[in-house]
Amino acid sequence: MITIKNLHKRFGKLEVLKDINLSIETGKITAIVGPNGSGKTTLIKCILGLVKPDKGEIRIGDVTLNGHWMYREDIGYMPQTARFPDNLTGQELLRLIKDLRRKNNSPDEEIIKAYKLQSEMNKPVRNLSGGTKQKLNAAIAFLFSPRVLILDEPTAGLDPVSSSSLKDKINKEKDSGKTIILTSHIMSEVQELSDNIVILLEGKKFFDGPVSGIVNGSKETTLERAVARIMRDAQL
Amino acid sequence: MNTTLKIVKYQLHDVIRSKWLIFYTIFFFLIAEGLFRFSGDSSKVVISLMNITLIIIPLVSIIYGTIYVYNSREFIELMLSQPIDRRALYVSMYVGLAFPLAAGFSIGVGIPFLITGFHEPGALSIIITLLASGILLTLVFTAIAFFVANLTEERIKGFGFAILIWFFFAVLYDGILLMVTYSFGEYPIERPIIILSMLNSIDLARILLMLQLDISALMGYTGAVFRNFFGSNTGIAVSFASLAVWVAVPFALGMWRFVRKDF
Repeated sequence: MITIKNLHKRFGKLEVLKDINLSIETGKITAIVGPNGSGKTTLIKCILGLVKPDKGEIRIGDVTLNGHWMYREDIGYMPQTARFPDNLTGQELLRLIKDLRRKNNSPDEEIIKAYKLQSEMNKPVRNLSGGTKQKLNAAIAFLFSPRVLILDEPTAGLDPVSSSSLKDKINKEKDSGKTIILTSHIMSEVQELSDNIVILLEGKKFFDGPVSGIVNGSKETTLERAVARIMRDAQL
Repeated sequence: MNTTLKIVKYQLHDVIRSKWLIFYTIFFFLIAEGLFRFSGDSSKVVISLMNITLIIIPLVSIIYGTIYVYNSREFIELMLSQPIDRRALYVSMYVGLAFPLAAGFSIGVGIPFLITGFHEPGALSIIITLLASGILLTLVFTAIAFFVANLTEERIKGFGFAILIWFFFAVLYDGILLMVTYSFGEYPIERPIIILSMLNSIDLARILLMLQLDISALMGYTGAVFRNFFGSNTGIAVSFASLAVWVAVPFALGMWRFVRKDF
């Protein structure tokens, strides 16, 4: 369980997160959605320790985040954009990440195999296509079977085949008890994958609950229409 | 192996393959080799090289360093989502860039000296001093670049600020010193001049070389003041120590900022 209490974050004059209270259930997929600039990535980065909150508390299991870095052993992160040092090869990049993780268990290379990345691994990263970099990005996030997976727009930039095999992997990880947080603008994807949904609007939590609940409660037929309705009503 | 060394290993793999670094090394090699062919006298070559070194090294280090940090932004985020300490990442990024730059300069300048200029008496100490000043200037200006690039998120602003810092220390500062000397010539200004020289790392590197070469005519006012005040050997030691402070302060400020920053 990830618990977020009274989280505030401000960048200069802009208040990006306003008093966020949230519980993210273990073993479930929670989608964080909202318009651009609503604070989704900032919230994720607060959990990762990349952004330091002004106020509030984040707990992952029994650990309260206090600036120490060890808790990230249990987190796999797939950032929105993949950009790696130009002159390293994919192989070297994976070796670097493996070197940094202290875990001795055999790494999960299912994604590398599914995406047939082996043939690309000896090329310098600068010669890889955007899609291949994104696949490498996914491979890194899943590499150590972390208990918590944080995926920031995971399917953006992937072709339909790669996108669906990534979704299969996400579901498989969920079935094995992982806690998964993802952000997405594609509501059909959120509906397909997620158990719970959090809607952020201008830094405030607007809705937090099961995906099925939001659709049934709004009298709309799809999640996209239900979410769009909530956002429109909120902005009026 | 500790975390810093692990990351440094891969940073080195990345930076060493950069075509800019190769170009930088070849540039110094061609300049030094060319100067030897025209002159053949180690001292004269060092003086010409010094003038190039004092301008080029700070400029390349500060610009390359700033670009490097801005371009590594997404990679820094990926690294910081791993179980590592921010300080370890900062140190390894700095070492991973500053060391190859310093090595590029040392190899580029060192090879022509080894081939041509090594037989002259005193050449060894001269080349060591030249390499030491070049290496120290690389460390100083890479540290300043890292601090500036971590200070502001806006690339254009950071880049402009970096160039301004270089321009101030490499070009403007000497003019200011000259004006101070000219305006207050009637007062005992040796001590203030020494302090003012210490506040510019490029001046310190120049003084260090001039004291080692012991050419009074080229020492300039600050060099002469340094020698008279400290004597050559103490002057060299003081310059070295001040340059070390010049590396440590921007490095520590940059790290302080990096540890507290939001990514």
